[in-house]
Order: sequence, then structure tokens, then C-alpha cells
Amino acid sequence: MVDQSAVGRAFTPVTAHVEPGRLRYFLDTLGESNPLYRDAQAASEAGYAAPPVPPTYLFCLEMMDATVPFEFLTALNIDLARVLHGEQRFDYHAPVMVGDTLTFRPRVTGVSEKKGGAMTLVMIETEVKNQNGVHVADISRTVVIRNPRPS
Amino acid sequence: MNPVVGARIVHKEFPPITRHRLALYCGASGDHNPIHVDLDFAKKAGFPDVFSHGMLVMAYLGQALTDAVPPPRIRSFSTRFVAITQLGARLTCEGTVAELFEHAGEKRARLALSTRDETGEIKLAGEAVIAL
Repeated sequence: MVDQSAVGRAFTPVTAHVEPGRLRYFLDTLGESNPLYRDAQAASEAGYAAPPVPPTYLFCLEMMDATVPFEFLTALNIDLARVLHGEQRFDYHAPVMVGDTLTFRPRVTGVSEKKGGAMTLVMIETEVKNQNGVHVADISRTVVIRNPRPS
Repeated sequence: MNPVVGARIVHKEFPPITRHRLALYCGASGDHNPIHVDLDFAKKAGFPDVFSHGMLVMAYLGQALTDAVPPPRIRSFSTRFVAITQLGARLTCEGTVAELFEHAGEKRARLALSTRDETGEIKLAGEAVIAL
């Protein structure tokens, strides 16, 4: 079971490229038709050098380009089948656009028990910087682990 | 933007969640957790069927948000995943102005956000802070 000793654990940084084709697949999947995300002219009129990414896409980029998928699960010995998403937060500091290369640095910032040990909550915070070293965002997720009942 | 507290500025409805949509989102998002697309895996994990990625639902909420608010104005966006979103769910995303305030000389609004299914059950409860 995950305990306080996990706090502070850092995982392999992920480098991800914001590629237009992958972004278009994401937009099509969601039925997203806002021209800002697809059209360089619309993006330019909104003040962007290139189309920006939608608000939750940072989460996807980190998963798509991770060299070790679900690393935090294997590193902390968590069964994928017992995991649910509890909370998710994004703090945006600067724009992220098509053509950017981002570096994600995830680390465990909290572990707590809920419902008398029936659930464990693990909080992971990820700092995101772009190719110029600009700190563009912070991502925070809380993962809920449904613990097996003690036999 | 000059919103007033209580104004509903975000509102969007989405088509029912299908297995096909979950398969597409699995590929498009990089989240390959089989629990959302593989019925055998979901059943072994104790669920009656596959169910939506929480982040698919949050992406819909984000889409509703950026239909109303230009992305450069969004300072933060967060949600709690209150309940599992089942197949067939028809989601409605809404946001109302909860608070107007100033931070470091910037006029901002806090929006209370929610996603409900067709029965009115809350799936996501969240908020966004936007610059006005």
C-alpha cells in the first residue's frame, strides 16, 4: 500500500511535442470546432503565434509521450485496475501552442487515507516548462486507489 | 468582459457517450487505461461495464468554458470527479459567475462549473479563475 514514504518521489521527466496532427485528432474526437484551435489565422487574430492547445490537453501530452507509461503506478506498486481519478487542476502561466516542446516533471506531493483505509489518495504535481525554459503551467492530479478489503 | 455574480456564462450540451467515443479518446488522449475500452478488463476490476475517462468529461467542460471565455484569459481550471460517467450519458456543462475579485492588479472572476448527465446527477464539480 502507498504510504507517506512516497511523498517527494519524482518520476522520469517527459518531453512532449505539440504536433498539429495529434492535436487535430483530439479536437475531432471531442467535436471541438472552435477555429482558434485549428486555424492559424484565427489564432493570430487572438494574439497567438500558432494555434493554442485546449485547457486539458497538457494532461494528454504528458501521457502520450511518456517513455514509461503509468510510471507512477508501477513505481509505487499500484494496480491500474484499482485506480480512479479524484481531482484535476491546471494553473496556466503562459500560452502553449502548436510547435512547442514541453518538459513535464511529476512528483508526489501528498498521500492520505480515506474511509478508514478503504481508499488511498495520492496527489501528484507536475511542473511544465517550454523549449525556452518558460514555466507555462502546473498540473495537479489526485488519484484514488480502491484498496482491497483486508482478508 | 463585464459579468455579474450569478450570471450563467457557460452552457453547452454534448452527444451521448458511446463506446466508439471512448475508443477514439483512448487513442487521442494517450490514456490507454483498458478500463475505459475493454469490457473484460472492466468486469474483472469489478465494474458492470466500461465507463468514461474522467478527463474526457473534463475536456467537454473545458470546451464549454473556452466557447465562452478566450483561453488566454483562463488562469486556472480544476474539477473534482464526483461520480463515474456511464455509457449513454448525455452531458450538460454549465458555469456561473461565483465571485468577482482582484489579484495583483488584475480584475478576475471565479466561475463555478458543473457537468451533469441527463438525469441531473453531478459528474464533475469544478471552478475556473478567469481574467476580465
